[in-house]
Amino acid sequence: MIEVKSINKSFENNHVLKGVSFIFETGKTNLIIGASGSGKTTLIKCMVGLYQPDQGLVNFDGRDFHGLHAKQKRLLRQEIGMLFQGGALFDYMTVGENIMFPLTMFSDASEEEKIERSNFCLQRVNLPNAFHLYPSELSGGMMKRVAIARAIAMNPKYLFCDEPNSGLDPKTAVIIDNLINEITQEYNITTVVNTHDMNSVMEIGDNIAFIHQGELRWSGSKGSIMNSDNKELNDFVFASELFRKLRS
Amino acid sequence: MFLTLQHIGRYFCMLLHVFSRPEKGKVYWKKVVYEMHHMGLNSLGIVSIISIFMGAVVAIQTGLQFENPFIPKYLIGYATRESLILEFSPTMIALILAGKVGSSIASEIGTMRVTEQIDALEIMGINSKAFIIQPKIIAAVLFFPFLVIMSMSIGMVGGYLAGVMGGLVSHNDFMYGLNYWFEPFHILYALVKTIFFAFVISSISAYFGYFTEGGALDVGKSSTKAVVYSSIAILIINFTLTQLMLA
Repeated sequence: MIEVKSINKSFENNHVLKGVSFIFETGKTNLIIGASGSGKTTLIKCMVGLYQPDQGLVNFDGRDFHGLHAKQKRLLRQEIGMLFQGGALFDYMTVGENIMFPLTMFSDASEEEKIERSNFCLQRVNLPNAFHLYPSELSGGMMKRVAIARAIAMNPKYLFCDEPNSGLDPKTAVIIDNLINEITQEYNITTVVNTHDMNSVMEIGDNIAFIHQGELRWSGSKGSIMNSDNKELNDFVFASELFRKLRS
Repeated sequence: MFLTLQHIGRYFCMLLHVFSRPEKGKVYWKKVVYEMHHMGLNSLGIVSIISIFMGAVVAIQTGLQFENPFIPKYLIGYATRESLILEFSPTMIALILAGKVGSSIASEIGTMRVTEQIDALEIMGINSKAFIIQPKIIAAVLFFPFLVIMSMSIGMVGGYLAGVMGGLVSHNDFMYGLNYWFEPFHILYALVKTIFFAFVISSISAYFGYFTEGGALDVGKSSTKAVVYSSIAILIINFTLTQLMLA
């Protein structure tokens, strides 16, 4: 479980996050939704330690991330997997080397064990033949899947996904969403997905936080999101013709 | 002024992180070897071409100054050797490498920044500054002196070809000049300069790459800044070390 308490973050005069508090549950796909510029990415970056919040706490199963010593922080980070918007694969490494990289840096596994683990992760994301390819040879969807494989290589307890299906066609987006959901349940991970894609919300939204102008305005599940009377949420959810038709 | 001080402060803070203990020495050493190949061996061609022409031009220009029959011709070989060892090979090659290697380092690291690869390293719990920059600095400091020694040798061959084959000086005079009044300390001076140049080229370029903000356009800007500031640093260090070691 990850708990964020009263997170505030400003960049010069721009107050991006205003006292956001939320609990991200274990074994569930937790979604942070909101319009572009609402503060979703800033919140996720505060949670993983890429930004230091001005105020507030981020607790990973009772461990206050920003209060930890550098060494403890480094150890906690090894329990975190992250899928970036663009994949963030290392260009000069093959797919296999990308997946083996965290194992090389933080485990004493032999070369054979690392290759075995890497192949297992690739099988899990349905890319069994991609081991020797370079990131430049992959499509957008394949890149995301390799990034997921790298994120799960160390058996993380926490998985963060920043806009996992941006730039993907609807079919591939659903495949990625379902893959994240399956992995979350299979390994009982606390998964936090940052998205503005309503299809993802309806597909995998177990526990949803809606952020508007840096504030948490609504929380619930995909079952209750369509019936909310929150104006900002309704403006966001029913922005597209398809969802307006669904409501009527 | 405040911005300049801010950059200098951030540069030295970065260096503190860069030289912290590596997470896994073996992985870092592999990266050093990779960088030596990437930055060093891949620069052999350009260094050779520049050096041969540089040596040739120095020999011809010296020859033109020494047309007086009272000045011995062997001084063409001597002046070519001294010019190459003291100034042309270390400084000129460093400026060329600031353009080639420096821009490559800044754009590579800048691209890693804008494509979130550096963030990915940080989230894994890896000291990204040390992991990315340290091997580049070590590789540059270890390999650039070889490039400079090679440049000196090739430059002298260039000088020989232009001087002897161009009819400015005889083979015997040129060879006598090359060996005349040789000061081994001048080689040491050139290598010390090169080590400093290698350090500033790799670290300043890495600094501008690492702190890139924005997108592709900003990677280009970082790359340009890296070359400009590395070149200025090279000239300042060149003057300072010359003053300290030769004056």
